Amino acid sequence: MASTGLSPEYHRRIPFYRNVKTLAILAQVVFILLVGLLFWYLYSNMVEGMRRSNIPSGFDFLDDTAGFPISEGIAYEPTDTYARAFVVGLVNTLRVSALGIVLATLLGIVIGIARLSSNWLLRTVASAYVQLIRNIPLIVLLIFIFVGVILKLPRVRDAVGIEGVLLLSNRGLAMAWPRSSDSYNLWVPWLVGSLVVGVVVYEARRRYLKRVDRPGASLPWALLAMFGVIVLGAVITTLISGRFPLVLDRPRPAGFNLVGGTALTGEFFALLMGLTLYTAAFIAEIVRGGILAVSKGQREAARALGLTPAQTMRLVIFPQALRVIIPPMTNQYLNLTKNSSLGIAIGYFDLFNVSKTIFNQSGRTVPVIVLVMASYLSISLLTSLIMNIYNRRMRVVER
Amino acid sequence: MSSTDVQVTQEVKQPRVAVSLIDWLRRNLFSNWLNSIITLLLLWVIVSALVRLFDWALTEATWTPVVKNLRLFMVGRYPGEAIWRVQVALALVLALFGISGGIWGGITRKVTSGLVAATILLAILPLSMGTRLYFVGMAVLMALGFIAGLRFPRLLRWPAIALWIISPIVIVILIGGISGLLPSVDTSLWGGLMLTLMLAVVGIVASFPIGVLLALGRRSKLPVVKGFCVAYIETIRGVPLVTVLFMASIMLPLFLPAQIRIADVVRAMVALTLFSAAYLAENVRGGLQAVPNGQIEAARSLGLNVFQTTTLILLPQALRMVIPAIVGQFISLFKDTSLAVVVGLTELLGIAEVVIRQPDWLTVPGGVQREVLLFVALIYWVFSFSMARVSYQIERRLGVGTR
Repeated sequence: MASTGLSPEYHRRIPFYRNVKTLAILAQVVFILLVGLLFWYLYSNMVEGMRRSNIPSGFDFLDDTAGFPISEGIAYEPTDTYARAFVVGLVNTLRVSALGIVLATLLGIVIGIARLSSNWLLRTVASAYVQLIRNIPLIVLLIFIFVGVILKLPRVRDAVGIEGVLLLSNRGLAMAWPRSSDSYNLWVPWLVGSLVVGVVVYEARRRYLKRVDRPGASLPWALLAMFGVIVLGAVITTLISGRFPLVLDRPRPAGFNLVGGTALTGEFFALLMGLTLYTAAFIAEIVRGGILAVSKGQREAARALGLTPAQTMRLVIFPQALRVIIPPMTNQYLNLTKNSSLGIAIGYFDLFNVSKTIFNQSGRTVPVIVLVMASYLSISLLTSLIMNIYNRRMRVVER
Repeated sequence: MSSTDVQVTQEVKQPRVAVSLIDWLRRNLFSNWLNSIITLLLLWVIVSALVRLFDWALTEATWTPVVKNLRLFMVGRYPGEAIWRVQVALALVLALFGISGGIWGGITRKVTSGLVAATILLAILPLSMGTRLYFVGMAVLMALGFIAGLRFPRLLRWPAIALWIISPIVIVILIGGISGLLPSVDTSLWGGLMLTLMLAVVGIVASFPIGVLLALGRRSKLPVVKGFCVAYIETIRGVPLVTVLFMASIMLPLFLPAQIRIADVVRAMVALTLFSAAYLAENVRGGLQAVPNGQIEAARSLGLNVFQTTTLILLPQALRMVIPAIVGQFISLFKDTSLAVVVGLTELLGIAEVVIRQPDWLTVPGGVQREVLLFVALIYWVFSFSMARVSYQIERRLGVGTR
């Protein structure tokens, strides 16, 4: 093996153009040159084009007055800056995505389990739903929900629902909402205290469980303790000041609009519904696949041990299915967040829609596009990071 | 052991054949009280929803905007005197399907028979006489192609493959025109289902080589190449398609020299291609990872160089495994073309908005949005659903996911 019959000189005499290491470096240099050349070409064209058509560059425009209204989300006036408008859009995107993720997960799990039901009708309806939704574009679904359902709801004056609690009209959904009363400030220390108590109880319980070496949950205990502190605080505050720290603000019609309570605009409601219904169909398939991936023996063993079907699902099947489910689920969460940019089709003021308005007004092509793409990219990377951490934790629990 | 297993399955299977309706109902719908409640509740919801839907569709809804604008939905504002070019293009594709169905059998044959059934169905529908005759002709054409393929499979195999490969170019030339032979039709006049399909096909075909290169680059041992590919794939996958479309429609003219003008349709095609390439790369990477390392080592030890190993050993095996994923990617690209409406193209959804805004329907109480959108949704659904069925068939044929 060692004696190949070749002298050391032979090995030394490998020409550089046959040396794999040299070739690798050479290939990379060529690659960098080519990519660099391409970018330089595009960049010089862009600079030239921008100079020719007088498009200003730079991010200084962000401090200028936006001047357009946004009828959605956190406090904002047309006199605020572009930067503020951008933040409003970002918050709106995050708001609808976060709520959409929660609702789509719940609906998707229900439909996914329904697809495996022993009831033929339920199984068929669930699979018909998945087949129907998965094969039409989300944007068509969104426009249909907004134009064909929300805008066809009764006007504000004839809003349907429960008077003073939940009112649905073509302007969206108005709900009763708690607001702080005069004695709210007295209650705040209790809220802070409940957090501290929660953490302490969680840690104590965790250590106790570790010491006695028994399985058990810590989070419900902590939540219960927090809830107790909050309620106790509310009772004591009410006794001291004579007023409950929260009042219920009810929606009521005033003119052509509803005032009071909190309102989800029709656009928000339609986008949320569309994203939820659409993503739920995909999540249902993931959940179904995950449950089917758990070996049959697990279910049989759980049933043989006397667990009810519901317990079997909750305690045996689902925790194991999670391992299979989480990675594709992360993808669906990312898709949902990115798909929220379709809100532009129905006039929802999300990140993309606001940015497009900023772009149309200021004419700053490159900075606006860079900002939008960087924002979406950061959201995506952050979501994957969180889900990866969760995934790792689930793996550890499983072992 | 195995003999008892067989007995058990036989015992279970036997009564299923002779199951009575009552038995079936009891087992599948009313097995316990909870299932009975669910069944009754669902029945009530389904029946009332269907009654309401049919009531609306047959009495309230105005379907005239759909019926009157069928041509707009199919080809957009494509000029009437050049419509034969679209028809010839479609005939070419269908004839190719017919021949391929004759040559190859299996899934190709199923697709062909599905297409024949579709054309016959379209010929039966109460469309204009000319259209119906055209579809009858298409069915006959496919049948002839099928017979030809069946009779001369060896003779027609390579011509058919070659025709498939050049067909996208031929179709673009047919529809767009070429100087000297066919008068050109401006891309702003392309529209409807035709444009939707063209965007999807161009997107997937053009992104294929880029996607394969990116997938190979991501597995490369050269850090610079790998880094570039990872950065590209992850950036594109991290941003929504609308932003890519928007960027292409605004930045692309800036990136190119002033004398080059590119049409909106081409900008959208570039965006869809760049977008699709990143997703395709991830699919192909899955296939590359599934090829056992021994294959590559064997090829190398036989004296094949890196290029030969990749093109002759690695890619054929990897691509075969990802065919279902690529079909799935095609389906989602087909649906995603509807986003081109955001940058102002009149593909299927764009046409729907045009039709909704036609002044003829202003007098219709409540507008015609629901009818038009439902029709468009139906078209998308029929196409995606059929393609998903095909993908499922391929998946079963290849045995992906079953060991």
